[in-house]
Amino acid sequence: MQSCRVASRLASESLDRPLGLRERFALRMHLWLCANCARFERQIRAMRTLLRVPDDASCDADLTPEARERIRKALSRSRAMPD
Amino acid sequence: MHKHAMDSPEDWLDAHGSALYRFALLRLRDEQQAEEAVQETLVAALQARDRFSGNATVRTWLIGILKHKIVDQFRLASREVPLAESGVDALDCPACDDDAAFDERGHWREPLSDWGNPEATLQRRELMAILQRCLDALPERLARLFMLRELMDAPTEAICQELDITPTNAWTMLYRARMGLRACLDQNGIRAGRKD
Repeated sequence: MQSCRVASRLASESLDRPLGLRERFALRMHLWLCANCARFERQIRAMRTLLRVPDDASCDADLTPEARERIRKALSRSRAMPD
Repeated sequence: MHKHAMDSPEDWLDAHGSALYRFALLRLRDEQQAEEAVQETLVAALQARDRFSGNATVRTWLIGILKHKIVDQFRLASREVPLAESGVDALDCPACDDDAAFDERGHWREPLSDWGNPEATLQRRELMAILQRCLDALPERLARLFMLRELMDAPTEAICQELDITPTNAWTMLYRARMGLRACLDQNGIRAGRKD
């Protein structure tokens, strides 16, 4: 069986690229047998869930007229003092 | 020069302000931070308008700038709050190194704790605060890369292009960022049942 060092790296890469068939099988096998790596995998997935915007998220908030005014002012300031 | 680049940023604010604001608010979940991200995006766009190629739409171009401003906001937001003593060093990151986590046979040195379902045990706001502080404690480049990937859902190719690294580099850095963050979150109170 692959070591936890290798398995945890593979678990991380599985979030960034599609694993090959063999890699996927080895990882699943390891996670099934190893509670620590299974936790690691759940935890890095939880970190992603926490940061990602869900696909179905929508938002109907808008800039207030005051906010738009502040932004306009910032734009004219920046125009007056280009850096 | 492309005709859209002749539009004034005030026109961009009218035409795209709402879309930019929603994009930012969904990710930052804070109205003031979202407003600042939009403002900085338009100011940056004003200064960089000569470089707008016209290959993309103005909205796509502005969103591209906004993504970086959101990443900036996300880190700036927590800069004043000190991290617990046990946190990750700001300059380098021993906890990102897998030698810190694994022994010479490749086994975990310490058993991992059960986080349970953090979203059930902690308020979302508390969770985000811990997360932001831990992201701030990561080395800049690692944190940026991690946020482009996780917060912005940027594909590896886009990240590699942006930071001028190979995919293998990117995966290694993401792995290091996850190791460091995981250790930091664990030490800063994300564990299951801590509030009970």
